[in-house]
Amino acid sequence: MTEPIHAQINGKNRVFESAPDTTLLFALREELGLTGTKYGCGEGQCGACTILLNRTPRRSCQLSVSDAAGKSIITIEGFEQHGQLHPVQQAFLDQGAFQCAYCTSGMIASSVALLQKNPNPSAPEIVQALQGNICRCGTHPRIIAAVQQAAKAMRGRTS
Amino acid sequence: MSAEPEKFVPEPERYELRSSSIHHFGLQRRDFFKVMGAGIAIFTVAASPLSAQESGARRQPGDQNQPKDISSWLHINDDGMVTVFTGKVEVGQNTRTTLAQSVADELRVPLESVRMVMGDTALTPFDMGTFGSRSTPYMSPQLRRAASAARDLLLAQAAAEWRTTPDKLQASEGKITNRATGAAFTYAQLARGKTLAHDLPDADPITPPAEWTVAGKSAPKLDARAFVTGQHQYTPDLRPAGLLYGKVLRPPAFGATLVAADLAAAQAVAGVAVVRDGDFVAVAAPTERAAEKAVAAIHAEWKNTPQPSSKELYSYLKKNLNAEESQKPHEKGSVAQGLASAAQRHEQTYTVAYIAHTPLEPRAAVAEWQDEKLTVYTGSQRPFGIQEELASTFHIPKDRVRVIVPDTGSAYGGKHTGDAALEAARLARAANRPVKIVWTREEEFTWSYFRPAGVIEIKSGIEPDGKLTAWEFHNYNSGGSGIQTPYDVPNQFIQFHPVNSPLRQGSYRGLAATANHFARESFMDELAHAAQIDPLEFRIKNLSDPRLRAVFESAAKSFGWPQKKSQPGQGFGMGGGVEKGGYVATCAEISVQPNSGEVRVVRIVTAFECGAIVNPDGLRNQVIGANVMGLGGALFESIEFENGRISNPHFAEYRVPRFRDIPKIDAILLDRKDLPPAGAGETPIVGLAPAIGNAVFDATGTRLRALPLAPRGVASQKPNA
Repeated sequence: MTEPIHAQINGKNRVFESAPDTTLLFALREELGLTGTKYGCGEGQCGACTILLNRTPRRSCQLSVSDAAGKSIITIEGFEQHGQLHPVQQAFLDQGAFQCAYCTSGMIASSVALLQKNPNPSAPEIVQALQGNICRCGTHPRIIAAVQQAAKAMRGRTS
Repeated sequence: MSAEPEKFVPEPERYELRSSSIHHFGLQRRDFFKVMGAGIAIFTVAASPLSAQESGARRQPGDQNQPKDISSWLHINDDGMVTVFTGKVEVGQNTRTTLAQSVADELRVPLESVRMVMGDTALTPFDMGTFGSRSTPYMSPQLRRAASAARDLLLAQAAAEWRTTPDKLQASEGKITNRATGAAFTYAQLARGKTLAHDLPDADPITPPAEWTVAGKSAPKLDARAFVTGQHQYTPDLRPAGLLYGKVLRPPAFGATLVAADLAAAQAVAGVAVVRDGDFVAVAAPTERAAEKAVAAIHAEWKNTPQPSSKELYSYLKKNLNAEESQKPHEKGSVAQGLASAAQRHEQTYTVAYIAHTPLEPRAAVAEWQDEKLTVYTGSQRPFGIQEELASTFHIPKDRVRVIVPDTGSAYGGKHTGDAALEAARLARAANRPVKIVWTREEEFTWSYFRPAGVIEIKSGIEPDGKLTAWEFHNYNSGGSGIQTPYDVPNQFIQFHPVNSPLRQGSYRGLAATANHFARESFMDELAHAAQIDPLEFRIKNLSDPRLRAVFESAAKSFGWPQKKSQPGQGFGMGGGVEKGGYVATCAEISVQPNSGEVRVVRIVTAFECGAIVNPDGLRNQVIGANVMGLGGALFESIEFENGRISNPHFAEYRVPRFRDIPKIDAILLDRKDLPPAGAGETPIVGLAPAIGNAVFDATGTRLRALPLAPRGVASQKPNA
């Protein structure tokens, strides 16, 4: 029997029971019930499964449980703090930046990661950061507007 | 064409004909108040044989002897909450919100008081399915009539309490107010302790769009917060206790049949259930990984049959007509005479590739058997059709099958069939546990179905002044939607030729209207150039339909048509038409990159008119979304196949639009409060492909007549254009 794998998930220490070679996406969703992170392709091509691993956006379908050992993970369920939506979540709501919304968790995770690194991204920088996230409903212009709104709100909050 | 709203032709779309047709009424009326609690209920009866086909029941037209059938219902409980039941489903088109707005508007309650129960065969009345842009024009007025009848009932209740007449009272904000005394009852007070059920009168009047208060205004998506917090549960997110994960052994190629399968190694994997039922071989296991390993351990021998390839697709389509399904042409005047009298005659052939819907939520289902009853959650546009498929597959009565459709991660016409539902149900039966199936992306790209490929041939003649004299149009395989020309042509011959398709094909947003508009509007551009007339002027000259003229003129005005080219590689084009009661015109600016020949769309303006607008913000999202989706099919999407295999079954090889591809898109919405609302999910997609193709010609002098237009770029014929 291998050592149990620990990770800090949405601020809490968790132990995975899944085998170490299980995809992180499957373990998060099916073992831990964090189903907000979506399966879209299983090939790292669509971004629906994006999570933050040590603050970096990663495709959880391309990682295994062992890749998460000792690391910090934030999923879509972890962005809300004390009943307050993260500014990116709020901006997606305000801009109506979704239709079927299946891509939304991944879009929000990628956007949060971008704004952590670059608090004032230009439109081309937003496009660059979200290029790996597919939205089939065609809500892209509103998603860009939402990231811009969130960036503004977050700059206001920290200044 | 005339200024009248387009008449609905009571003939189902070709690809919807396989819809189930049996009436089903899950929750019995006598049980209604037991389930819903006390209150006031209105049952909507199907008003005509036509709307009965849509929702309620299938009857033969003319059969007046059957009782009228319930097609939707509405309940007001003693908290004043309104619950609405409809078999329609939410797949991202925002119909949950727009239908709720219509009910709130008619019942005079705030939108927050309305809860929609949708797409559940045990709770909602039969509905044919959510497709064809029909929810707004057909379900919305039905629900409005129910709400209007409920309002009348509440007014009558209050009038009786106050010993007055309803005309002295007013309904607003969830209350009935006595205008003389100022006294008021809330709907909750009036519903308390009652079990009043009324069938809806056939022709209860509904509020005209000009008097709407809740509808006609933008409203955010209902339950939006659940979608930005990851709390909404789509089908793949369900995890009932004891769940197993299913995996199907797929044939190596289309048309392959199973000769032998050695299941021993799979059966040896701990906790795995293995099923072989004819050619269907599948496993269910406690984890996805175990299921994958078990399937990989099956030794199967398949017999392949020769299959056509995409290289020979268009000649194959012309050679493989389906005579049994052949359709009558639309004929008017004499094309031969019209051509003979023309100053110029032209003919051209266009082709359209197969494309995939690729909804981001793949086909998925969770199935569970309990006491010989089957419950299946699945993302689908046809819950009742899938209930029928399941009942017939498992030889059980329909009342033992419940299909529930959670709000789904999109469909675009791609989720009519119940494949995943059948697979999960078959495995759940064998394993005697709940089973979840989520198709992989490769399975999605291979085993679903595609938007039909097609070949379109057009012949036309024009007078010296640019007036059309003749129009002959043949569509092979892609379909009859949008095949009629909206232009004024005295001599017409238009025919759709069904084909035995080499690939499984079906519905797609807009159906064949995209293909037919691509060919027609590209050819109109060719004719305009042949006649040396500006493409907008050429269309207007041949167009008397004022609604279509209005969208062309308004798109052109907002776009700034005609534009002068300011740099090499720049081009401008337009396309438009009318379909499913919606009028659309799109102008596009493109730029051809000097070395690669890559076509980039720079700017799109789409003007759209679908009668009275129910939710302007939601409509804008749909119009912009349709353009983004249409951009993929226009420029680069194409399903390639060879030897019975899809050659590009992954997002890495099958390119869909991404952020870098998205141009500036303006949606101009024309609100016609004097007309009833039409559906809007599909038609805004049809103008873009011809607009881009025509813009490429403007930029390069190269005429592209195949969709996708430029998967590998385009060569310029006019180097300094």
